[in-house]
Amino acid sequence: MKHLALAALTTFIAPTTAQADTPVLTIYAGDYFTSEWGPGPVIEAEFEKVCDCDLQLSTGDLLPRLLLEGKRTKADVVIGLTSDVTAKARATELFAPHGQDNSALTLPIDWTDEVFLPFNYGHTAFIFDDTRMADPPVTFDDLLNMPDDIKIVIQDPRTSISGLALVLWVEALYGDDAQAAWAKLAPKILTVTKDWSTSYGMFTDGEADMVLSYTTSPAYHMFAEEDFTKHAALFPDGHYFMVETVAKIADTDVPELADQFMGFVMSDTFQTKIPAANWSLPSALPQDQWPDGWAKLDLPEKVLFYTEAEAAAVQEKAIEAWRSALTQ
Amino acid sequence: MAQRADPVTRFAGITAAGLTVAVVLAACVGIASRAAPGGFGPGDGAAIRFTVIQALLSAGFSVLLAMPLARALARRQFFGRSVLVLLLGVPFILPVIVAVIGLLAVFGRNGVLNAGLSALGLPDLSIYGLHGVVLAHVFFNLPLATRLLLQGWQSIPTERFRLAAQLGLAPRAVARTLEWPVLRQIVPGAVALIFVICLTSFAVALTLGGGPRATTIELAIYQTFRYDFDLTRAALLSLVQLVLAGGAALLALWFIPQVSIGGGIDRVAQRWDARGGVQRVGDMAVIALGAAFLLLPLGAVILRGLTGVFEMPAVVWHAAAVSLQVAVLSLVVMLAIALPMAGWIAGKPSGGVEAIGLFGLSASPLMIGTGWFILMNPIVDPVTLALPVTAVVNALMALPFALRIIVPRLRDTLRDYGRLSGALGLGGWALWRWVLLPRARPQIGFAAGLAGALSIGDLGVIALFADPDRATLPLQMYRLMGAYRMEAAAGAALLLLVMALGVFWACEKGGRWRVAS
Repeated sequence: MKHLALAALTTFIAPTTAQADTPVLTIYAGDYFTSEWGPGPVIEAEFEKVCDCDLQLSTGDLLPRLLLEGKRTKADVVIGLTSDVTAKARATELFAPHGQDNSALTLPIDWTDEVFLPFNYGHTAFIFDDTRMADPPVTFDDLLNMPDDIKIVIQDPRTSISGLALVLWVEALYGDDAQAAWAKLAPKILTVTKDWSTSYGMFTDGEADMVLSYTTSPAYHMFAEEDFTKHAALFPDGHYFMVETVAKIADTDVPELADQFMGFVMSDTFQTKIPAANWSLPSALPQDQWPDGWAKLDLPEKVLFYTEAEAAAVQEKAIEAWRSALTQ
Repeated sequence: MAQRADPVTRFAGITAAGLTVAVVLAACVGIASRAAPGGFGPGDGAAIRFTVIQALLSAGFSVLLAMPLARALARRQFFGRSVLVLLLGVPFILPVIVAVIGLLAVFGRNGVLNAGLSALGLPDLSIYGLHGVVLAHVFFNLPLATRLLLQGWQSIPTERFRLAAQLGLAPRAVARTLEWPVLRQIVPGAVALIFVICLTSFAVALTLGGGPRATTIELAIYQTFRYDFDLTRAALLSLVQLVLAGGAALLALWFIPQVSIGGGIDRVAQRWDARGGVQRVGDMAVIALGAAFLLLPLGAVILRGLTGVFEMPAVVWHAAAVSLQVAVLSLVVMLAIALPMAGWIAGKPSGGVEAIGLFGLSASPLMIGTGWFILMNPIVDPVTLALPVTAVVNALMALPFALRIIVPRLRDTLRDYGRLSGALGLGGWALWRWVLLPRARPQIGFAAGLAGALSIGDLGVIALFADPDRATLPLQMYRLMGAYRMEAAAGAALLLLVMALGVFWACEKGGRWRVAS
């Protein structure tokens, strides 16, 4: 009985002590990142091969956690901060420059940030199933003018990053007419969900005809399920660019290890693992070196993107346009 | 009232209640310590309005519809009744995302209902809107309301019905003299409880409400914590939620009339008043409708899950074990708080203090989690305590249900046996041991089962700060969905359903084991 209780106790209280001889690199990561089917485990294994250290991943809500912990944070590196939260993260003054060469990045936009280093990217897009939808919209205007009985499902910009990217997308395309655009789209919006997962589940269940997701979503179906019926509707108007970044904590007690990890992020080992593990595009790998089949993925020719400062300036207005058009 | 047995374990009861309040208040202090000057955001007024309206409608309909269902179940004995009663409890303990998928499989655009309608050449019905929100909340809470009412019906001693039959009372008269007094005691509390549950609804309301029109206070709280990180607005909104919930609870609980129908000798109830053919057919129709409404979406969850079960990675089983541990801990914590509190409340003439029990439920779990994170952080790494904190928060959430279930039984017991116990000098632990526990065991088992099952299905505060290796089953299910593994996630949802039901069944069974009534 005593052993049982002890066993239960040790499962409950996570051990924080590691072997004293190997240095520990603590990385805070988004929740999806560390799961068995996310990129975390493979990245951890690959980095530990070269670092002679113990890489420990810790999950949770990245930004709230950093803000709550402040200077007391145990993180040495934070991975998974999206471009819409970098402004708040930067304001904490917890981060140090990433020290990598931004010109080595292969993003479709220019990246000049010296603190937040992109490690993957994608774009917002509406996904459809060609067995259920014969002629998908070919421009954003087309989408707005679809018959009202075609239903799409989107995410709430107040609770989801992809939802926020959508309102910024509409803002970038329509500007002051954003609210009118939303009013046109409103009858086609079946519902708005809190997170991406619920939306995507509703799409795969056949409840909705199209879902707000990423240009890379068809890749999962192609490579993991050999299902070639899911496509992103690509618009020449442009798609909103989404990026995830990694950054180094200034007060880290293992600065060399953290720097080594930042370098590792830019390495081919890391970059080639990203597509299939994260279902997104690598940030520093020329297209001809992408894993098999990935270069064939349909991608938009034009990308739209608000820098951190621009996004901060229009975000409130963009969400309010969405909210007021959809509550009418 | 001097002859009533000494208030049972008054000190322990007050301590337990004080602890509950302290946990929530401490979280508030934690947040307030980090808040800056600020105020409400745009749309918060509309959110508060919508929250109250949908919660009122949901609570009203849940209890209203539960009345005929509970009455029919109380009057009829049929093959499979106990299994049905057990299954009817499941929607209440389902994680919201699973329930939404099940509901959409029946009421959605592609659902069974619309398939049937179009086969008949009728126009489609859309579930999205205020009616969808209410429908979903009734789906969740009808089982709870039914169980609470059923418990009340079953507390009427069979001797009363026999007397009514001998006096030749018509069904209407039986309803007025026997059933209504019991209902009057249970309905206000049930309405208040469901009102509070619906007050904190968020993902379901948004999804089935069809968009930002269905914004609730809890959504705004989520937004302030996770995106805006505006702790002032978060604290203000949490306060609004607490005040609304507290107000509803006080209103309802203070006005619960104290009616005693006297003790019986615990015979199986027989209903001489409901032997008529019309009533039999009516009861069976009500039961069939209720069962279809509650069980069809569950069937959809099970069907979807069956293929996914074989695609679940091994870590899902590990997560299931973690969830079971959290559930057991949360159940123990809940009982440790609920029993002394229930004893204390049952010994008081008015039930107003039961509102304290609602404190933990009406406070946003996100608020409690964040508040405690702020408090613990300087002392200990909060991640190491993620599971115990989750268990305690879950226990607090289950507390009001437990009180609502246990208090009426204890109150009746004290009323019937209090004087005798007092005369015999029974008090404190001896009173619990010989009088209260034996008579309230089925209720305690039910409450424990509910707490355990709720804990298994709850994503809770664990999402705020989790160690990757100590994920609970709901968290693991969300991760699967987030990684496109919809089938495996459906399998995990089925496992979750089975586990929650298993815990619920085991506790209930334990409570009823060798109990005559």
